Amino acid sequence: MFEHEGYVLDVEGLRMRYGASDVLHDVTFQARRGEVLAILGPNGAGKTTTIEILEGFRTRSAGKVEVLGIDPAHGPDHWRARVGIVLQSWRDHGKWGVRELLAHLASYYAGETRPWDPDELLAAVGLTAHATKKIRMLSGGQRRRLDVAIGIVGRPELLFLDEPTAGFDPEARRDFHDLVHTLAAEGRTTILLTTHDLSEADNLASRIVILSGGRVVADGTAEQLAERIAGQDEVRWTLDGERFTQPTAQSTRFVFELFQRHGESIADLEVRRASLEDTYLSLVRQAESGRIAEEVAR
Amino acid sequence: MRPHTVALRAGWARGVIELRQSLTNAGDLFNHFFWPTLMLITLYFMRDVSFGQTGFKLGTLVLPSILGMNTAMAMVSMSQLLTADREDGTLLRAKATPYGMPSYLIGKIISVSGGLIVDLAIFLIPALFLVPGLAAGNVKSWLTLAWVLALGLVATLPVGAVLGSVFTSARSQGLLTLPILGLIAISGIFYPITVLPHWVQWIGQAFPIYWLGLGMRSALLPESMVSVEIGESWRHLETVGVLGIWAVLGLLLAPALLRRMARKESGSSVAQRRQKALQRIG
Repeated sequence: MFEHEGYVLDVEGLRMRYGASDVLHDVTFQARRGEVLAILGPNGAGKTTTIEILEGFRTRSAGKVEVLGIDPAHGPDHWRARVGIVLQSWRDHGKWGVRELLAHLASYYAGETRPWDPDELLAAVGLTAHATKKIRMLSGGQRRRLDVAIGIVGRPELLFLDEPTAGFDPEARRDFHDLVHTLAAEGRTTILLTTHDLSEADNLASRIVILSGGRVVADGTAEQLAERIAGQDEVRWTLDGERFTQPTAQSTRFVFELFQRHGESIADLEVRRASLEDTYLSLVRQAESGRIAEEVAR
Repeated sequence: MRPHTVALRAGWARGVIELRQSLTNAGDLFNHFFWPTLMLITLYFMRDVSFGQTGFKLGTLVLPSILGMNTAMAMVSMSQLLTADREDGTLLRAKATPYGMPSYLIGKIISVSGGLIVDLAIFLIPALFLVPGLAAGNVKSWLTLAWVLALGLVATLPVGAVLGSVFTSARSQGLLTLPILGLIAISGIFYPITVLPHWVQWIGQAFPIYWLGLGMRSALLPESMVSVEIGESWRHLETVGVLGIWAVLGLLLAPALLRRMARKESGSSVAQRRQKALQRIG
């Protein structure tokens, strides 16, 4: 099997059904080598289900899925060696030393890839000072760094991050973002992450797939998304001492008409362009109401 | 390197690391010494008690029986460790790593067996000074002990893995405790099985605990003490037969059940269990 057209991830018509209800409908997206792709969506949108299918942890109901050219449902060990997964650790391997676990896990990859040297990897994630500590003695933030280190120890071609910063304080979050930027900058690792946080997707990803109600409702760069889906701009002004606010999809035309009608009596004019956040919210809202309409129609 | 070389090597390393960890931290060391010490105290009080009219000391009979019982308990350790490792995400990590699952299992087999041998030694060495009348001076005794121990592990570890994959939480593992204590009571460990009613003897003889006790007695007791046993025989053939059946059953069931268990593991299933456990604490 070959990875056609350089797709590292190729998902087409993915469906997932639990009992009588579908949680993923016809999900289609691709990722190219070196891309950082974010799957963005509200809770319950199907992000985790999607990423777990791609990781080979869950069996899909229908559709085509290829990860590094191989169906993850039957991913053999040499495929597994090329894929990194950052798991949310809890208390596993608590008695192991930090370096000890990394060195041990690196040995699993030795026949397949060129795994990281444990000391270099510790330095890369900023854990050198804690190398000999027991894992259960690490702080939450340090543990997450270790999770990332474990995810990349085999120098994967593709890295999965599921809700990587859930429960982080702002500092740990920034550190984590820096770490992902460093990885992405090397350009050899394709990264797929899920998040419900728009600013995180905007900050990390070169492309965003918005998932809502189990469907892809948008797919593009942050700029493309903001452009393609006209969010509502907001125009504010005062007229005769009274304040007005008006949401509009076409702010330039609205302002022109406003001046035509009232001329110089308009004061304190303000036009706030739709932010990516507004775009995202309106998209999700549209998808939700679409789904409700669909269910009513049924 | 060929795939199973990687798995074997990593599994061995894993087992050795885990074993070393369990011998170097206070909590685990306490566990290693607690039961053997308790058993030694029991033995101390039994050493002068005679069994019926035979003139045999109960302490002498019980010492090897305890070795057999402990060997059978490897099944429980295996089962508990599997459940715990599934709950805390260790197993999911293994699943996310190439050759992770076979290495994990090899590691567990090594660390559980190694831990058991340590526990047996902690009990046996002082016990030998405490209890008179054992046939501990000849090589044949130790060879018998070795094959009974090896066969016992082959019979109990796979069944332990089966139990571990069936019980999904540490809490449900607790359900095992009572039936196992019951089985120990009817397996002729602390008192010869022959004093029990026939139908109870049959139940006891269906499980590995009795046979491991018998096997260990055959290794360490002098020939004359065979008169206490059922049929006045060490019944080596039957021992191999019954333990062999358990081994085959376990080895037949374990791979499929372990695979099913592994298939169900995912990040969200671990997250769910974490949520549950945190609720329990909070």
